Amino acid sequence: MTLTEKILALHAGLETVRPGDLILVRVDLALANDVTGPLAIERFQEIGVETVFDRERVVFVADHFTPSKDVASARQCQQLRKFARAQGLVHFYEGGEAGVEHALLPEKGLIVPGDLVVGADSHTCTYGALGAFATGVGSTDLAAVMASGEIWLRVPESVRILLRGELRDWVESKDVILHLIGTLGVEGARYCALEFDGPAARAMGMAARMTMANMAVEAGAKNGIFPADEEVERYLRGRTDRKGMFLRSDEDAQYRETREIDVSTLEPLVAMPFSPDRVIPVREAGNIPIDQVVIGSCTNGRIEDMRSAARVLAGRKAAPTVRLLVFPATQECYRAALEEGLLSVFLRAGAIVGPPTCGPCLGGHMGILAEGERAVATTNRNFPGRMGAIGSEVYLTNPSVAAASAVLGRLGTPEELGGTSWP
Amino acid sequence: MALRSDWARSREETGKNRKKGRRVLLKGRAWKFGSNIDTDVIIPARYLTTHDPALLAPHCMEGADPDFARKCAPGDILVAEWNFGCGSSREHAPIAIRGLGVACVVAKSFARIFYRNAFNTGLPLLEVPGTVVDEIQSGDLLEIDLEANQLTVSPSGKRYPVPAIPPFMRELLDAGGLIPFVRKRLRQEGRYRET
Repeated sequence: MTLTEKILALHAGLETVRPGDLILVRVDLALANDVTGPLAIERFQEIGVETVFDRERVVFVADHFTPSKDVASARQCQQLRKFARAQGLVHFYEGGEAGVEHALLPEKGLIVPGDLVVGADSHTCTYGALGAFATGVGSTDLAAVMASGEIWLRVPESVRILLRGELRDWVESKDVILHLIGTLGVEGARYCALEFDGPAARAMGMAARMTMANMAVEAGAKNGIFPADEEVERYLRGRTDRKGMFLRSDEDAQYRETREIDVSTLEPLVAMPFSPDRVIPVREAGNIPIDQVVIGSCTNGRIEDMRSAARVLAGRKAAPTVRLLVFPATQECYRAALEEGLLSVFLRAGAIVGPPTCGPCLGGHMGILAEGERAVATTNRNFPGRMGAIGSEVYLTNPSVAAASAVLGRLGTPEELGGTSWP
Repeated sequence: MALRSDWARSREETGKNRKKGRRVLLKGRAWKFGSNIDTDVIIPARYLTTHDPALLAPHCMEGADPDFARKCAPGDILVAEWNFGCGSSREHAPIAIRGLGVACVVAKSFARIFYRNAFNTGLPLLEVPGTVVDEIQSGDLLEIDLEANQLTVSPSGKRYPVPAIPPFMRELLDAGGLIPFVRKRLRQEGRYRET
């Protein structure tokens, strides 16, 4: 069996499972946010059970329209809060406790290898970076999980992606996943598990792996997953006492296909509007003046991403025509950025440093685009109207390219700025 | 609010005229869209401060056609190319579509979270061969027989066999969505308490 099949079989209480099987699995952790949670709560109440299946395993994070952007979104958070208190949920995060959910939950040590996680948010697949099976579902599915602790799933076929080689300077794991989405297409891995392995995958830190697993859904995948190793063990130390199951695919595991990527051949890439699979080298994009840069999100809002952006922005200023917005994804990341002097770099570069929030990524608030405006963003989607008006454009890149673009006033690479004076 | 699907209602109505009551006939005008229609296009995130179908419906498909909600009539059928519903997990997407009274979505393929959400909330989806979708134009009248698994396109009058909705999905639709389905299961297992 593959890694994904092993985790599913264990949670279904079965010896083996095969792709295509419909199985009922036990859920280790169920997640909702301020957009999907209220609907899940109402559906849960319709089911008619009194309490959630386990008050330590249902997690709510208020992160999408927070700090609340209007009365309606304040009511959504209020609904989460009331329910969380009434049910005695152990993990309800809002205000200064919160952060972008998929950056926050791993930090809190809530996910360990071998876990089965479902979340009412499509980027729940991020947790595959820790060797867990994690997938996004809708609010009604989540409500059923909140009541029963179980969910039906179809066992996905696995697609194996073997990564080898060493990344060149200014090329990041974001470029590897963009390259893959560009070659697979936005439905190339539809219903599949994307399994990342190989020396270059093992060489990646947790943040880099999370960026890749995060965007598995952009290729249509059900989940993205890395086999857990010492790096995961190191990451979890001090965050949780749970040990987890460190599993690997069997030698004779069956894959729909195996693809190899020599990451040393990659250069900084961009996903052009209006689809994450319209991927080309930044170098070939031509002269594209921009109005805004967004650095943050569950894809690239971690401290490693902040360092990557700061390395380019140190001693430089954003072009006067560009609004540079930086959103550290969690409070822990924010504090680290402060202590490492990164916030000072951003402020001197003319950035607005915002609170941890999903806001601008999904066109919620704190950085909405008008018609005809263009943004370079380290986020994950660039469909029509994603960050604001229909007719506004989003270009997806890694954090160092986004930072360089802010300085240049157009889409461009750090190389064009002549490198860095930052360590 | 009880989740009561149009599907279950229409099944009841048509059932009165038939002994077995499994025939489901959907008739409506086709509205055709392209590939990779994502949830940001189906219902932009800025409207996600509610999940009231009546408030979401006026913005349905706004990203592809700002006038769509005004033109679409109850019973109409959305037709799309590949990967309909890709992107976010927002259930507001099938809710907005159902809010307009759309009877069914027909496409060459669907994104997986949208697929679950639609059946969970009682919106039938029909995955059909690409050649069938290619034959359909906006404005055509479609007749879908979900018992005979047949799709008729007018004015051409051509009939096409279509794959059956998978049995488990059909069970969900017949139950009226996932919530009634789960209630039933929990009650059978004795885990359900009336509140």
